[in-house]
Amino acid sequence: MCLGIPGKVVEIYEAYGTRMGKVDFSGIQKEVCLAYLPEIQVGDYTIIHVGFAITRLDETSALETLALFNQMGLLEEELLADKEGVT
Amino acid sequence: MTNELDFEGWTCPAPLRSYPNVILGHGGGGKLSAELVEHLFVPAFRNDKLEALGDAAVFSLNGSRLAMSTDSFVVRPLFFPGGNIGDLAVNGTVNDISMSGARPLYLSAGFIIEEGLPMQTLAQIVDSMAAAAAKAGVTLITGDTKVVDKGHGDGVYINTSGIGLIPDGLEIGPDRARPGDVVILNGTIGDHGMAIMSVREGLAFESPIVSDTAALNGLIATMIQACPQIHVLRDPTRGGVASSLNEIAHSSGVGIILDEKKIPVHQSVHSACELLGMDPIYVANEGKLLAIVPAEQAETVTAVMRGHELGQDTAVIGQVVAEYPGLLVAKTGIGGTRVIPMQIGEQLPRIC
Amino acid sequence: MKYLDEFRDPDLAQKLLRQIAQLATRKWVMMEVCGGQTHSIIRNGIDQLLPDAVEMIHGPGCPVCVTPLGIIDKALAIASRPNVIFCSFGDMLRVPGSEKDLFRIKSEGGDVRIVYSPLDAVKIARENPDREVVFFGIGFETTAPANAMAVFQARQQGLSNFSMLVSHVLVPPAIEAILQSPTNRVRAFLAAGHVCSVMGYWQYLPIAEQYQTPIVVTGFEPLDVLEGIRRAVQQLEDGRAEVENAYPRAVTEAGNVAAQKMLADVFEVSDRQWRGIGLIPQSGWELSAAYRDFDAAVRFDVGHIETRESPLCRSGEVLQGMIKPNECAAFGKECTPRNPLGATMVSSEGACAAYYQYGRFVALESVMVV
Repeated sequence: MCLGIPGKVVEIYEAYGTRMGKVDFSGIQKEVCLAYLPEIQVGDYTIIHVGFAITRLDETSALETLALFNQMGLLEEELLADKEGVT
Repeated sequence: MTNELDFEGWTCPAPLRSYPNVILGHGGGGKLSAELVEHLFVPAFRNDKLEALGDAAVFSLNGSRLAMSTDSFVVRPLFFPGGNIGDLAVNGTVNDISMSGARPLYLSAGFIIEEGLPMQTLAQIVDSMAAAAAKAGVTLITGDTKVVDKGHGDGVYINTSGIGLIPDGLEIGPDRARPGDVVILNGTIGDHGMAIMSVREGLAFESPIVSDTAALNGLIATMIQACPQIHVLRDPTRGGVASSLNEIAHSSGVGIILDEKKIPVHQSVHSACELLGMDPIYVANEGKLLAIVPAEQAETVTAVMRGHELGQDTAVIGQVVAEYPGLLVAKTGIGGTRVIPMQIGEQLPRIC
Repeated sequence: MKYLDEFRDPDLAQKLLRQIAQLATRKWVMMEVCGGQTHSIIRNGIDQLLPDAVEMIHGPGCPVCVTPLGIIDKALAIASRPNVIFCSFGDMLRVPGSEKDLFRIKSEGGDVRIVYSPLDAVKIARENPDREVVFFGIGFETTAPANAMAVFQARQQGLSNFSMLVSHVLVPPAIEAILQSPTNRVRAFLAAGHVCSVMGYWQYLPIAEQYQTPIVVTGFEPLDVLEGIRRAVQQLEDGRAEVENAYPRAVTEAGNVAAQKMLADVFEVSDRQWRGIGLIPQSGWELSAAYRDFDAAVRFDVGHIETRESPLCRSGEVLQGMIKPNECAAFGKECTPRNPLGATMVSSEGACAAYYQYGRFVALESVMVV
């Protein structure tokens, strides 16, 4: 349900009393509404859905998730190596 | 009462396919367009040259083989990043003629102008056309001008038609793809469509994307010289690479397998497509060609293409197979497969 | 960190797939509720890569497709009015009502416009004070804050020519309805990451507990989807039934509190019909009393509309050569070689591309050759 794309906040301003901003999506920029992320700063990454920033992306969590995937691979390779060692 | 709900049998409602009126999708280059041609135009004008349904019709006259094509341009806005309706109109018809292997020679131009269009705007468009024709080496030899009431056109619509001469020994057509052939593309996809999208009301975004509008006859001439055995040439305009390859798969009775990773896409086009929920494979191009050639010729053809200014990013993106006749299948980035069907009408931005 | 390509790595995808295959000792049926995840599964060919032990059922999580027929017909009636500018998300234009769709209304002279954001519709209202601007406010919880903000802004700016036709649907009641169904086969859910970005995942804790069903909050990139599946399989194999967050970079337990506050102000919970499914109690949102003035359903009296779902089977058109068998929506779904709906077995064309059953489509293509 809901196409959400990560982008980086590059500018924050007010328009019609609402917190708005510009978000960069690797090469293109679009005006988005930042009203629901009162604490987001320029340089932060966020998920954009229909022109609204809905959540701030947490880099630490992202890196942890990726580390988990990589670790999973290592474990698997160790297992494989063990198996090969046996045969 | 919720006990009666069946979630497994759930399916999206099927979109309408038969309309009593013409809708925009009939001009979208997808299935609706194809059906209009198949069920209305072809039966009305039935003849073998029309029924070949190539980008250009091919016929013989006094021993010469000629290619003829026509195309109308209704692009909005008239000026967009990378071009305007004028150079687009020249390049579009030059390309359609060239896809038969013909050397384009002469063009006509018909202008349908909305009253009130600033003379300066018209002059600018016409200048662009002249420059594009000079660059492509074609001569505009006849034309027509009509003016319609204010509000009955978007400034100006342009129709161009043209003819070209097919060199001896060439047999190029959408029905000639054979299992074992490879699919070659001369560069990045989606640039034109997303350049237009970037300036469309309600969807606009800031981007460095420019239309790829260009005349491809020069590039094709060098390709033909290097490899006269090219089986298919096609310019993937409306409906993008997906529609063109589906049509070729259908006409030739073959399957086509693409390797998605090999298809060049500019980062900004990729991002714009992500943002709007669109797939670049369905997005229009105006300076791209698909060439289907025997595998043993692939290296020769790609080498000459990469040496041409319009082919620097040339890539072999797929191959023709005997399996899945009529289908376009892609190997995805993570190694899965998906079928890429024709779209019904124009690709729409989505939220889901 | 760009948060995209990192989560599309083919080698890591293969590793996750191998993990899933190793973990699953028996057949497990699970559902991704969200159409966005279905899209990712199909788009990346994940359905083709999963081991046979994992069966994914695609959930009713496509907001355009579940919008009830009655509201679509109302939208078409409003969009047909001469003074109305009717704004909608793009994918809604092709969704059929009883007889027509928004494309047809446009071809008949209706001023139908595609917008990217609901705020674009507010802008159109500002620029066209003499016209009635109506926005078709559909969506799940992810889209609701955007629609709420549009209504809020219209009121703030005194735009009396703006209104919204609201058809919002909610995920947790749908999950409960699925779990209560006597024919239910779903043993685990992938919860929709972006819905949870807004709402958090605390609402799912009692559901997982009560129905002893694992719920894994899952993202949308291929690695995210695979990780969601891996965690669901792990829980099922372990005999656990917990809510797990496999999308922590974008989701917290509490969700987006500022957005929830706005939602509580602008919307109130209501019963909702889901197209193709039926009525699910308390599964929708409508405008709250404070914003009723902006409700297009109230503002425009379109009278009584007789709704009629068009028949699924399109064998008539197949026989006439108007469409190919695989161009009908039931093909490979309700309609299979073993259980054909019509004289010609008919489809795979849902209004949203996510529902193409590509795998089955290819497999059936050979069966279909007559």
